[in-house]
Amino acid sequence: MLKVTIDNKTVEVAPGTSILDAAAKVGIQIPTLCYLNLHDLNIENKPAGCRICVVEVEGRRNLAPACATDCADGMKINTHSIRVLNTRKTVMELILSDHPFDCLVCAKSGKCDLQKMAQDLGIREIRYQGEQSHYREDTSPAIIRDVDKCIMCRRCEMMCNEVQTVGVLSGVNRGFEAVVAPAFEMNLDHSECTYCGQCVAVCPTAALTEVDHTYKVIEALADPTKVVVVQTAPAVRAALGEEFGLEPGTLVTGKMVAALRQLGFNYVFDTDFAADLTIMEEGTELLTRLNKYLAGDTNANLPILTSCCPGWVNFFEHHFPELKDIPSTARSPQQMFGPIAKNYFADKIGIKREDMIVVSIMPCLAKKYECSREEFKVNGDPDVNYSVSTRELANLIKLANIDFHNLDEDDFDQPLGESTGAGVIFGTTGGVIEAAVRTAYEVHTGKTLEKVDFEQLRGMEGVRSASVDFNGLELKIGIAHGLGNARKLLEEIKAGTSQYHAIEIMACPGGCIGGGGQPLHHGDSSILKARAQALYREDAGKAIRKSHENPFIKELYEKFLGKPNSHKAHELLHTHYFDKSNQITIE
Amino acid sequence: MTKINSPEDLLRMKEEFAGRLNPVYSPDDLTAPVRIRVAMATCGIASGAREVMDYLTEELEKRSIQATVTRVGCMGYCYAEPTIEVTLPGKEPVVFGEVDIRKADQIIEKFIRLGEPVDGIIPLNYESIDK
Amino acid sequence: MTKHKQIRIALRNCGVIDPQAIGEYIARDGYQALATCLTKMTPEEVIDQIKKSGLRGRGGGGFPTGLKFEITRKSVSDQKYVVCNADEGDPGAFMDRSILEGDPHSVIEAMAICGYCIGADKGLVYIRAEYPLAIERLKIALEQAREMGLLGKNIFNTGFSFDIELRYGAGAFVCGEETALIHSMEGLRGEPTFKPPFPSVSGYLGKPTNVNNVETFANIPVIINKGAGWFSAIGTEKSKGTKVFALAGKINNVGLIEVPMGTTLREVIYEIGGGIRNGKKFKAVQTGGPSGGCLTEKHLDTPIDYDNLIAAGSMMGSGGMIVMDEDNCMVAVAKFYLDFTVDESCGKCAPCRIGNKRLYELLDKITQGKATMEDISNLKNLCTVIRDASLCGLGQTSSNPVLSTLDNFYDEYIGHVVDHKCAAGQCKALMKYVVIDENCVGCTACARNCPVNAISGEKKQVHFIHQDICIKCGACYDRCKFNAIEIQ
Repeated sequence: MLKVTIDNKTVEVAPGTSILDAAAKVGIQIPTLCYLNLHDLNIENKPAGCRICVVEVEGRRNLAPACATDCADGMKINTHSIRVLNTRKTVMELILSDHPFDCLVCAKSGKCDLQKMAQDLGIREIRYQGEQSHYREDTSPAIIRDVDKCIMCRRCEMMCNEVQTVGVLSGVNRGFEAVVAPAFEMNLDHSECTYCGQCVAVCPTAALTEVDHTYKVIEALADPTKVVVVQTAPAVRAALGEEFGLEPGTLVTGKMVAALRQLGFNYVFDTDFAADLTIMEEGTELLTRLNKYLAGDTNANLPILTSCCPGWVNFFEHHFPELKDIPSTARSPQQMFGPIAKNYFADKIGIKREDMIVVSIMPCLAKKYECSREEFKVNGDPDVNYSVSTRELANLIKLANIDFHNLDEDDFDQPLGESTGAGVIFGTTGGVIEAAVRTAYEVHTGKTLEKVDFEQLRGMEGVRSASVDFNGLELKIGIAHGLGNARKLLEEIKAGTSQYHAIEIMACPGGCIGGGGQPLHHGDSSILKARAQALYREDAGKAIRKSHENPFIKELYEKFLGKPNSHKAHELLHTHYFDKSNQITIE
Repeated sequence: MTKINSPEDLLRMKEEFAGRLNPVYSPDDLTAPVRIRVAMATCGIASGAREVMDYLTEELEKRSIQATVTRVGCMGYCYAEPTIEVTLPGKEPVVFGEVDIRKADQIIEKFIRLGEPVDGIIPLNYESIDK
Repeated sequence: MTKHKQIRIALRNCGVIDPQAIGEYIARDGYQALATCLTKMTPEEVIDQIKKSGLRGRGGGGFPTGLKFEITRKSVSDQKYVVCNADEGDPGAFMDRSILEGDPHSVIEAMAICGYCIGADKGLVYIRAEYPLAIERLKIALEQAREMGLLGKNIFNTGFSFDIELRYGAGAFVCGEETALIHSMEGLRGEPTFKPPFPSVSGYLGKPTNVNNVETFANIPVIINKGAGWFSAIGTEKSKGTKVFALAGKINNVGLIEVPMGTTLREVIYEIGGGIRNGKKFKAVQTGGPSGGCLTEKHLDTPIDYDNLIAAGSMMGSGGMIVMDEDNCMVAVAKFYLDFTVDESCGKCAPCRIGNKRLYELLDKITQGKATMEDISNLKNLCTVIRDASLCGLGQTSSNPVLSTLDNFYDEYIGHVVDHKCAAGQCKALMKYVVIDENCVGCTACARNCPVNAISGEKKQVHFIHQDICIKCGACYDRCKFNAIEIQ
């Protein structure tokens, strides 16, 4: 152990401990800006670039960045000497001197790490003024880059390259013009961007934000000729409360439904219903391939990969097009919900497809892109018209002057609002495959599943593997969340060494609970864990916990779709994938 | 080229090449060549050393003067580029600065042929480590 | 007592041998040191010799070379690398280029010796693509060394193998910083990372890597051949051997020189450099490039070595030495270097990326005569913060040209700010053309030639220059035959 003295407090730490962590052990919070550490997910960003966390180390010529400097035995550290405070303040003034001064109208105002740091450091004037850097704004279907606001913290770059291995964002140019951008500063929609939104989730400023559809939704709600239907994704209910100051992990399903109704949606439905439907389709596909395999068919096409995550779909279309026949052809729940609402439900209430607007509330930014894909449109009319994020929903609720805290809890409308516990856990890593196993087990073995909780499939490890006993058949399951982890499993498949029958992949670390459209976690990974726990709680509290037991799902098949994987189901609920490896263009 | 497989090989090579690099001639030896080195680093070439080297090579042959003209690196006299070093048989080397074609002609006609001094001699200003 | 002020060790073969003829290098003891090391010495003995010689890194930092070899030797790994830093980028510096163009084999031989010391079989030369001739000569030298078996497998039949590849830099000054250099070689963005870990522990491809610059390597064969004692007898107590300088600026004998450590600036400027051009007065000498500072009259008799230069507010740097006379405005000099740094900062850390830009803007404001005393105090604070808080050596030293000119030429700064005057007459914005009434005969030549009609006056009457219109082109000054226009 090493002994160091920080602000006259002595602390013992293991070798390899940073000054930042050592200080935290004795209650000293050294301010940081570019630094980001999502401990449970093994994600750390410490380029030592912002220089806000500098401290004075006795005997050292210059100041040391606390995040990147390891403790040495006998070190004497001062975290708030006048030299440190003056440096910190001056550096902050410098950063602000090259940042637009539009806080009053900025999308990030109030949630901006830079703004908060300026306040924490008591900046009241900026002594160093001069030229500001300007860049072209870039709008894609899901993400807006306002690069003037980039402070070169490199968090997005770390997410895009190290965590997601997508490799779109990186530092370009040098000196004062240095900024994070796609190669050759081309637009995101000309790159291999998957729109996973993890860059947006960690951006400390408004350099990366989502495309905002709030007003489009308000306009739709105000249109008397339209029936406006809303669906809410599983992960939204476990995080929306945070936007209203509630503890992370607070479930606000009932209040969310009440708020949506108050906003004026004609029908408040649940994407969880479509999740149950996904299990029926995807689970059937799994069993079909599995039975072929058991019958000795060498072209059984296993492992089957889940396909409910649009970021992940974009990823393999760009990076692993040769594997595009392996994922399930089942559409994502968002895109299953759309055609069911606009065909089955529109018929049921006697309106035409074009008179219905479907809005989805999603924890995700890739969903914005997904609903704009051509294959999900009929005569130009998208199955899902607008996808808005959890954050945008919170804004909508605030705009409508709704007192969220005092709302009475309400229930979803029927029939597309009924869901099982299996649908709920779609929102966290491991949830989709657990839901699939619950149904596939019963269908395959013909037996009733006694214990529906599969603990071996849960957790936060980036790559997990587990096996489930299917009455003698050992079903091998792989789980990856974060695209970098997904890449590992895909490389195995490519190399022919994959041992799995089924693999669940979620683009975002943690699954949808950690999606790019969720309330910002500001680097606190305990928030993600609390959201996951909330979903498992909601599942445990449900009377029905297996998708195939959802009475409205049964009714849907009886009255409309026929059987899972039927011709009609294929037409409405399945899709196909594209090789996009050559679709990068340089302007 | 022969391979060098041992320190002994290297020594043999050294002796062989040392004779070629700095051959010793008597001033009276009429067949002994004049040795000319032209500073041909980027700086020298930029100020015209290549033209001077080509000129010297051609003209010495034309004027039937026994000479070797070789390219060397920077001599360090940036203020006087192009620079050349001329060694007459049995004499100490002399460095000339700011050598253009006119100066090169003078050096051939006056210094090499007649042994008369020509302007622009740069005095040696460093110690070599050779001794 | 030696006759001359210069001793050529690193430059021993430059201007003497044909760089494209390996035989000429061999004739001058070439590859002798490698032979000795491989056949007569253990790696530890070689390292010991280099340590005893007192050789320190010639790239600017001055880290003891033998110690660096030793640390890299002690790092345990299946693969290690020797890297030669030939990314010479200081304005006005060309020592490394001259060595590579004049004596490439000395670097190759030394890299092989380094490989033997640290246990590496692979070397890389990171060289600027803007040095095409050096690259060409290095390539020829490598080919010749391979043909003769002096590179490649089983050199001198000792079982030791070593070969060298070239890597080209794309013109970024910061890639001379060793971690940035390594990232650039790896195909990554050329920007530095926080040290530790040092390259000796984790460098190229994460493996222990010994990085030294061209001139450092060029000294090593001589140390082995002549002995550590011979080498350490040259120089001062803490700085041994010689240093190559590129002597430039307002000096008569601009050139490449190599002097023993401890030589004074006076000896360099007046005895070797031949004094200031056109009989002007010496004002300052800038050493260490954009990381260094200005030394003045009072430092003329300071012996040049690593420690004295730092104590005097400058640094050795890689060896650029730019001499300035009375016509150089020191604020403009500082601004010149900042302009360079602003261009060459990688942009990774905030103090360097934004701070240097603001520093440049403040200096520009001063040279425009628009700055206040508050700006001067902000300038000082900014210099200190950039020095204290920047990530790598580039930022940590970028304010040195400002700090040292503030130290030595504070009056000049004040002159610009308070009196709106540039004593050296270099800052255009502070110049003023005025008519000397007594001399003006009213010939109208100035008025007729003024491109912006800034001069008024009747024929045979004294003329007048309107300062708010004047663009300071100097046309009136050139046209006046009666010396009736002066510059203030």
